[in-house]
Amino acid sequence: MALDGRDPVQIDDALRPALFDWLCRLGDNALILGHRTSEWCGHGPALEEDIALANTALDLIGHCQMWLGLAAEVEGQGRTADQLAYLRDAMAFRNVKLVELPNGDIGQTIMREFLFDAFHFELLTALSTSPNTRVAEIAAKALKEVAYQLDRASDLVVRLGDGTEESHARMQAALDHLWPYTGEMFTADAVDTAMTEAGIAPDLSDLHTRWTATVKDILDEATLTLPERRFDVHTGGKQGRHTEHLGYLLAEMQFLQRAYPGAEW
Amino acid sequence: MYAQMIKSESSNDDPQALAEFQARIDRGERIEPKEWMPEGYRKTLIRQIGQHAHSEIVGQLPEGNWITRAPTLERKQILLAKVQDEAGHGLYLYSACETLGVTRDELFEKLHSGAMKYSSIFNYPTLTWADMGAIGWLVDGAAIMNQVPLQRTSYGPYARAMVRICKEESFHQRQGYSIMMKMAQGTPAQKEMAQDALNRFWYPSLMMFGPSDAESVHSTQNMAWKIKINTNDELRQRFVNETVPQAEYLGLTVPDEHLRWNDDKQGYDFSEPDWDEFFEVLKGNGPCNEERLGARRKAWDDGQWFREGLSAYADKQAARRTAAE
Repeated sequence: MALDGRDPVQIDDALRPALFDWLCRLGDNALILGHRTSEWCGHGPALEEDIALANTALDLIGHCQMWLGLAAEVEGQGRTADQLAYLRDAMAFRNVKLVELPNGDIGQTIMREFLFDAFHFELLTALSTSPNTRVAEIAAKALKEVAYQLDRASDLVVRLGDGTEESHARMQAALDHLWPYTGEMFTADAVDTAMTEAGIAPDLSDLHTRWTATVKDILDEATLTLPERRFDVHTGGKQGRHTEHLGYLLAEMQFLQRAYPGAEW
Repeated sequence: MYAQMIKSESSNDDPQALAEFQARIDRGERIEPKEWMPEGYRKTLIRQIGQHAHSEIVGQLPEGNWITRAPTLERKQILLAKVQDEAGHGLYLYSACETLGVTRDELFEKLHSGAMKYSSIFNYPTLTWADMGAIGWLVDGAAIMNQVPLQRTSYGPYARAMVRICKEESFHQRQGYSIMMKMAQGTPAQKEMAQDALNRFWYPSLMMFGPSDAESVHSTQNMAWKIKINTNDELRQRFVNETVPQAEYLGLTVPDEHLRWNDDKQGYDFSEPDWDEFFEVLKGNGPCNEERLGARRKAWDDGQWFREGLSAYADKQAARRTAAE
């Protein structure tokens, strides 16, 4: 039993580095998207949106805390979720590039949330039955919130896509802009493959099939057109090769921990 | 306070109806939306609740300024939850206002044009993380002083909104104090930040209650209507009495050399804030008036296409349903 009474993470030692990396991907996606979403606080297009966006950010930061907490435990170096969030530099971050892009207008923010949530929902659904109980526990908890987030984002994509001429044009522009970043979510590398082979994580190509079906359905209903260009133009975030935007995000997020090392808050 | 210097509107209603209305209030009855009320009562309430609602919404901004820089994941979550609560308070209060016959959009328009105000306190900048502590502790603390009695206000929807709001505000005050505690007991640099935050927010917090109104006709009318329960001076004194020992416990110094316990009145004597500064801030000359109102106008203007998109979709859906019938 671990100190907190939960089961220890069942994993071969040889797989630990890959599992750590993979858990950081889950945690960092939540952290960075949560950060971007939180930037809307007080600046939303309607009071209800301010509340909903803050709520989404809150959920994502909560998921990040659970995934990075587990990552730290797997790593076994005595680091905490906070230390992983606040004291790694950009090259050690494992989120996909999609989530670190600046928010753009509210349409782009919602379109990104939808494209990511549709993936996140499928991933967590699969992970909630993972034989690794610790992973399954966190996934099941996060899934409840992500299911709601996906509903909300899908609903808004449909309404805005099929709203006015302007809202339609803005949603289409958002989709066109974000599309080449979406492929990274489904591009498996050695870490993903190791997790799939260990039976912990689903095959990303299965997720891709289900994601595509959801995305097509919603975009159809929203009267939006699926871009014809490649969807995997911008990859590398999962391996720590990010866009220029992440450095600025981290400089802001990590400022206090960097400026006052060792202080407690 | 979140509502400052609320002028009461006079009523040209039938004197007998006015007297009966006053008798209901004196008996402690609650006034509900569909019941008769004097025009002055209605207008004054719209002004007061509207200003309170605007303060909640603008109040998201100074704290929102630190969400992306919160020093730990837990602090980030707590701050997000707090700012989200404030948006929620705005929503209850705008809804309470709507029961008086004014829409949220109309109130927003008045905020954006400057015709309606929000609390002076939100025109001060948040410069360090300790300001998150000072705002929770002092600003929410001052708000609670006013809002707890308002749970007994005569207008039903306002009183009920206040019951929910007060529960959340006391959590906000505790989280603010917990930030101050960590910092006051932390490194010398943290303690310096905490003291600096207290120095900057002390007098603006005292201003939140508004200038002395013991002699004001507006105050007398509003108190008779039980829209206002205590005078500004009573609340300010109560706030100082409660807050000074809390500052002492933190090991911080209240920036007032005249502050001392007065045994006769069983309260502290303290210096008045600079009322010229207060009136300048109300006039738009505070450090952040332009940023705060500018941010709210920008959010509203940038969101226009979004709101229009949603309405257009709703209209199309309604037309589709009609066509299908």
